[in-house]
Amino acid sequence: MTAALVTAEEPPAPPQGRPGGGTLRYVAGKLGGAAVSLLSVVVLGFVLFRVVYPGDPVLAMTHNRPATAAQQDELRARLGLDRSVPHQFLDYVRGLLHGDMGTSYTFSRPVTDKILESLGPTLLLVGTATVLATILGLWLGIRGAWRRGSRFDRTSTGIALTLWSAPTFWLGMLLLIATGQLFPSGGIRYPDTPPDFLSQAVDVAHHLVLPCVTLIAVIYAQYLLVMRSSLLEEMNADYLTTARAKGLRDDLVRRRHAVPNALLPAMTLVFLQLGLVVSGAITVETVFSWPGLGLLTYEALEAPDLPLLQGLLVVFGGAVIVMNLLADLLYRVLDPRVRAS
Amino acid sequence: MKAFWREFVRNRSGVAGLAVLALMVALALLAPVLTDRVGLDVTRAQFPRWQPPAADYWLGTDHTGRSVLLQTWWGARVSLTVGVAATLLSVGVGSVVGLAAAHFGGWLSGLLMRVTDFFLALPALVLAICLSTVLPRGIGTIVLAIGATAWPATARLVRAQTLAVEARPYIERAKVLGGGHLHIIGRHVLPGVFPLVLVNTTLTVASAIIAESTLSFLGLGDPGLVSWGSMLHEATLHGAVSQGAWWFLLPPGLGIVLVVLAFTLCGRALETVLNPRLRVS
Repeated sequence: MTAALVTAEEPPAPPQGRPGGGTLRYVAGKLGGAAVSLLSVVVLGFVLFRVVYPGDPVLAMTHNRPATAAQQDELRARLGLDRSVPHQFLDYVRGLLHGDMGTSYTFSRPVTDKILESLGPTLLLVGTATVLATILGLWLGIRGAWRRGSRFDRTSTGIALTLWSAPTFWLGMLLLIATGQLFPSGGIRYPDTPPDFLSQAVDVAHHLVLPCVTLIAVIYAQYLLVMRSSLLEEMNADYLTTARAKGLRDDLVRRRHAVPNALLPAMTLVFLQLGLVVSGAITVETVFSWPGLGLLTYEALEAPDLPLLQGLLVVFGGAVIVMNLLADLLYRVLDPRVRAS
Repeated sequence: MKAFWREFVRNRSGVAGLAVLALMVALALLAPVLTDRVGLDVTRAQFPRWQPPAADYWLGTDHTGRSVLLQTWWGARVSLTVGVAATLLSVGVGSVVGLAAAHFGGWLSGLLMRVTDFFLALPALVLAICLSTVLPRGIGTIVLAIGATAWPATARLVRAQTLAVEARPYIERAKVLGGGHLHIIGRHVLPGVFPLVLVNTTLTVASAIIAESTLSFLGLGDPGLVSWGSMLHEATLHGAVSQGAWWFLLPPGLGIVLVVLAFTLCGRALETVLNPRLRVS
């Protein structure tokens, strides 16, 4: 799940810009690629849950209630499961285009509604954690690389690697035990909080602390290591010697000259590592019963709730594909060297 | 080889990692000799439930009265086996795809790299969850689910390195002398790519073990086997956190951290030895 450390050491390959401008062509190419990937996710989800799945979905749905053969046939017809596989696929895609991802077995409600309900809490958790982890990771990475091999560098890299080696959910459970009654043990708000905005916001923030800290602890190492190696690459560059020769203070050389150049690959990586954040969110939300997409995934895999899992695969996959597309486009906007080549 | 070893020994954290790994593997292998498997059986639990560490059960007992130490010990076997097996699968697939894409080029390369990039972008845990849900529960499924999601990183790495090696003149010489594909890949490309694959393998085992623990924690593991992840799954199900049973949570988690950290340190040390540019002068 976290194979990213391997790739993290090398900067992402710059997108291939065609000579002679062609921004439009570049954007069109990227958009086309993303569309193909999105379609592939939909096909993959369909193949996994409708073709590979060995059991009978209708039996999975009715496994707690006795149902006659006639009732099962009726259910099959209602879900469109009596048609041929290609026909079912077309039905599924048609539904998807209208925002219809089928009905959840366990909740007996449209999958789309369930996913939309859970989207907000996940965005809040993942967004807060990513922003804070990025700031923390970049800051520690810059300080470590600038004084490479110092006690600070060794300690911060060591701590980061240790936290990165720990399973997210385990860190969360330890935090829960260690903090005792200080923070709520789960959920997003208490039922008896007054309905005015301020009390609600404070309550949600109070519930957010532990899941957020856990998620940060696991993902910031990534940003630290990337920023550190990215800055190390720049350390011997000639322009830094020039800046020093001009008589600039060490601090200014770092802030104005080295960091802006090293920041670019690191920022791109923030986007590209979203898969890691997603898997972190799934386990953290499970431990803290945070009512987001991750907890929904956990609830879906127990039954298993096939339509819900299929919808979640499409949503998670789609989110990462869109983020990667943004990273590609942003890289071109931010780095003039890529445009010129 | 001797020079390699001398260089590796100089890296203190790498040696520490290797020592921890050797100890863990030895203990895991000796588990059937030093301990009795019967203690893992729920129906024959011989201690009181939820006991903190004591002389008879050094790491306390769980919700059924089984020794936590015994479970952690046997859990190491499953976690290590799954980690290594999944890694071999993913490194094997990744290497073949990467080599083929770089060596043959053309439309094959384009197709393979598109597929690789697609799987690289997908969130691995989500795909692994979906795979383990639709396939029958068991250790084979876990290995397959992790292997199937971890190979793209290796494929990219191997492709890049193969391209770099194949650009060198001695490959051209071999081609001119009439070397076939198999000869060139086997005799000339593989030796150049191997060191990187080795580093990558070490680091992949680390993430595969975390992946195994995550899937088992979510309840997707083999129900008949004790692994570190499944211990934490049981702990959550039976309220170890609200009981304050830290002795049930610490050992399996520390086991994971130790093994993963050891593999990571070994991998980074290997990388430093094999890539002289990274050495601190």
